Amino acid sequence: MATGSNMPLLLLAILAKVGVVLLVLLTTIAYAVWLERKVVARIQSRWGPYLVGPHGLLQPVADALKIFFKEDIVPTEVDRVVYCLAPFLAFSLALLSISVIPFGESVTIGGATIHFQITDLNVGLLFVFAVTSLGVYGVALAGWSSNSKYSLLGGLRSSAQMISYELSLGLGVVGVVMLAGSLSLREIVEHQSGLWNVFVQPVGFLIYFTAAVAETNRVPFDLPEGESELVGGFHTEYSSFKFAMFFMAEYANIVTVSCLATLLFFGGWLGPVFGPPLLRALLPVFWFCLKVFCFLFLYIWIRGTLPRFRYDQLMAFGWKFLLPLGLLNVLVTSLVLAWRST
Amino acid sequence: MFGSYLPILVHFVVVVVVAGAIMGLSAWVGVKRPSREKLSPYECGITPVGDARGRFSISFYLVGMLFILFDVEIAFLFPWAVVYRSLGWFGFIEMFLYIVILLAGYLYIWKKGALDWTR
Repeated sequence: MATGSNMPLLLLAILAKVGVVLLVLLTTIAYAVWLERKVVARIQSRWGPYLVGPHGLLQPVADALKIFFKEDIVPTEVDRVVYCLAPFLAFSLALLSISVIPFGESVTIGGATIHFQITDLNVGLLFVFAVTSLGVYGVALAGWSSNSKYSLLGGLRSSAQMISYELSLGLGVVGVVMLAGSLSLREIVEHQSGLWNVFVQPVGFLIYFTAAVAETNRVPFDLPEGESELVGGFHTEYSSFKFAMFFMAEYANIVTVSCLATLLFFGGWLGPVFGPPLLRALLPVFWFCLKVFCFLFLYIWIRGTLPRFRYDQLMAFGWKFLLPLGLLNVLVTSLVLAWRST
Repeated sequence: MFGSYLPILVHFVVVVVVAGAIMGLSAWVGVKRPSREKLSPYECGITPVGDARGRFSISFYLVGMLFILFDVEIAFLFPWAVVYRSLGWFGFIEMFLYIVILLAGYLYIWKKGALDWTR
């Protein structure tokens, strides 16, 4: 890449890109919360937030300000360093994994090529999995350091659940990797120009999405936060912005997982492109955002519809159903591919 | 080659600074009126009994161990999947044997009851 004189310029360009992506991501997180409250409210015949701004649109801002100025309680018997490290880890790792997600096709305007992506790693998929799986540290450390029984149990359950479903999460996408022959997210999307992977790998998609919902600790797999038995789970003892950071991490993970589902199975930014050059350049980004939005909506819809699993059911489902199904999917896919190549 | 990792480093630094800044600022601006009761661990209004870091179910360790075994296996699957198309039947048979051996272990732990949570 660049050397010597244009290094500062390059760094500046990267910084600008990172800034824009983070800003968009944080706004998405804030409004995903608003959307969730609104949609769940309508599912339950309520209005949801409607006082702050039109349709409650300023509610996220009000919430952020309120939570920012709240008292930051650090209970006496916690392990202070680990207690502060846990939300920090969870939050920063959740924001980090967005860096390899491509949002749209590269466009060339006036000789300059713009990539809608912070960086195109050739092992992008592996990077996302590596970073998101580190997120379990935030949960486990938070549960352990709080020195509260609810936190400890919630943290243990959470981490056991997250590592169990991570297996299926990985297995679900092996089929896609086999089809595309690459771990670069950009190449995986380009490979789907004929037919979206969801039609070729329907089982893989179902495994991936189920595991992803469990991985982000959402309904119906939200046992770690089962309010009726564990108060708040691993973040029972957290207050003020540390508490908010866990929540933002959760929503950031939901966004990442939805982006990945779009890229791996629903053709990413692929869609009908027409019109003048500017529209042509922006339409792929629009398709990508639309697909991700559909996934976010699906998440909320699931939350408004399904009851919670029991913990033993949850573990049995992951280990005895999803895992063998994932292995079977890999075997069948490889068999079909080998058959076709001869 | 490593040029494509530079943006990740920048991203990481930005994220760490942002996270640290808002966490530190929030802790600094917030009012502080601590009291003994407020700082005690939450236990539904009852005075906490004993330390929370006690013994817990062995099943969690078991899940951890099984996770490592299977996760390493899936990590092995990825490089194979990337080059699979150029391997053809050879790749299929190799991986078939690998997965069968793994399945034997999987059936063993199932039979032993390691996957049953309520036992």
